[in-house]
Amino acid sequence: MNYWPLIGVAVVIVGFALKRNPVLVVIAAGVASGLAAGMSIGDLLALIGDSFVSNRALLLFVLTLPAIGLLERYGLRERAQAWIGSFRKLSLARLLISYLGARQVLSMLGMIDLAGHAQTVRPLVAPMSEAAARNDGIVLDDDARERVYALAAATDNVGRFFGEDVFLAFGAVLLIQGFYARNGIQLDPLSIALWALPTAIAAFVIHAVRIWGVQRSLERAHGKTSSSEATDAAS
Amino acid sequence: MLRLEYVYWLMGIWLALCAIYNLRERRWSMAAFWAVVGGAFLFGDAIKAASAAHSRWPAQLMGIGVIALGLLAASGTMQKQGSTESERRDAAERLGNKLFLPALTIPFATIALVLVLPHLSLGGVALVDPTQATLVSLGLACVLAAIVAVYTTRAPASQAFAEGRRLLDTLGCVALLPMVLATLGGVFAATGVGDAVASIVGMLIPVDSRIACLVAFALGMVLFTMIMGNAFAAFPVMMAGIGLPLLVHKHGAAPAVLGSLGMLTGYCGTLLTPMAANFNIVPAVLLELRDQYGVIRAQWPTALALLVVNVILMAVLIFR
Repeated sequence: MNYWPLIGVAVVIVGFALKRNPVLVVIAAGVASGLAAGMSIGDLLALIGDSFVSNRALLLFVLTLPAIGLLERYGLRERAQAWIGSFRKLSLARLLISYLGARQVLSMLGMIDLAGHAQTVRPLVAPMSEAAARNDGIVLDDDARERVYALAAATDNVGRFFGEDVFLAFGAVLLIQGFYARNGIQLDPLSIALWALPTAIAAFVIHAVRIWGVQRSLERAHGKTSSSEATDAAS
Repeated sequence: MLRLEYVYWLMGIWLALCAIYNLRERRWSMAAFWAVVGGAFLFGDAIKAASAAHSRWPAQLMGIGVIALGLLAASGTMQKQGSTESERRDAAERLGNKLFLPALTIPFATIALVLVLPHLSLGGVALVDPTQATLVSLGLACVLAAIVAVYTTRAPASQAFAEGRRLLDTLGCVALLPMVLATLGGVFAATGVGDAVASIVGMLIPVDSRIACLVAFALGMVLFTMIMGNAFAAFPVMMAGIGLPLLVHKHGAAPAVLGSLGMLTGYCGTLLTPMAANFNIVPAVLLELRDQYGVIRAQWPTALALLVVNVILMAVLIFR
């Protein structure tokens, strides 16, 4: 067993830890790993070039940018905020927990690309979350706004990951089935997909509790206590 | 027939336009960067076809291009520009909720096309390859949304390109990170990094204890997913190293449950790693967070709690 290609892993960890340019770190790791495995320069270049071209699909989200960029230039984010701001009772937690549930259910039905960071989080969910936090009486400084934005992106990730595996035709389910089939164990895709349900439910509960916790902590740190007590007393 | 290559060519043209915009503004490294990436999209199929025909120089040339991208990314300077907030607020009031229509066109047109396209055929030939339907639909939906956006805002079409390019330059080299990471995954697989990791894990665990095997499998999935940035890459390695020989064959684990929960355990690792750039780093840049690890910071407690739940679920459910 040749352990030297692991040097590529070390390059990645050290490079990311030192906050060097991530693209350069990753490419350097590939070169290091290839050379350590004893590949010739010609083979390694062909491998990198082929592998790069094969993964083109991962950049397709960039095609959303002309439409999103134009709409943002004409105030899409401001409009999204104004719209959520008009529902005075919609709290940050309610908005994001609803989004989490909807994202999970849609992913389970195979509608995985209905939402995403470029498609929905930046233009809609993040500004809406900001407005919802304001509905809760939270005064958003830069740090608090970043926490709200990051939570919105995290919620999209959790909703997507722990929904898509329940969808039968999703790559992961077929990958699992294919792995077992090559090793002589025949499984029905449905039996694999259904076992993703307990984790999906646990993911919803855990992340919903955390969203609620972040809202509480933002209220404690940045809330206008006097005004929120006043509304409590009034209602 | 609508082939995925057409969408890639569209991407290539759009990236070439971004390169030209940057060229005109004398931002040489940015221009060169997008030109090389655009080349991968315009000539991608030619490169793959040449490789299949045992002509290796196009792929090697692309490999040199990828290394050049790394050097350009490290040297490139990023500049931000944008409209003023009052301009945007005025337009937002003028256009009102009509602004949502084009924004929602992307997700809903994608889904509508995904559901419809695979069933259409033209003269007995299927309109799209079902395996490519999602990506072709996404590409078409983006074009449609851009048209609807231009129509709604009554902006000149060239402004859509200019604004798109502004966002692309804001993302900068980070936009490319998912693609180079997947490239690294391919290199790691070819150089045997996975086998080396599995062999080390195999040396470290007491194989007679089923709980020790299970915990090693779960942690191995998380760790390897964090290294590769992708649970799909970790799954075959950990299954071949621990899951199949030790858990299924030696300790009699239920394969369906092990496969499903094992993959989801890997997903907990995806939430924890900057290597999963398209989920963890790209959004941080898209949302213009100062902390590039802000999204990971927001989700690590969920990931760890879920990891514990998953290990308990596996311990209860797979050894029945």
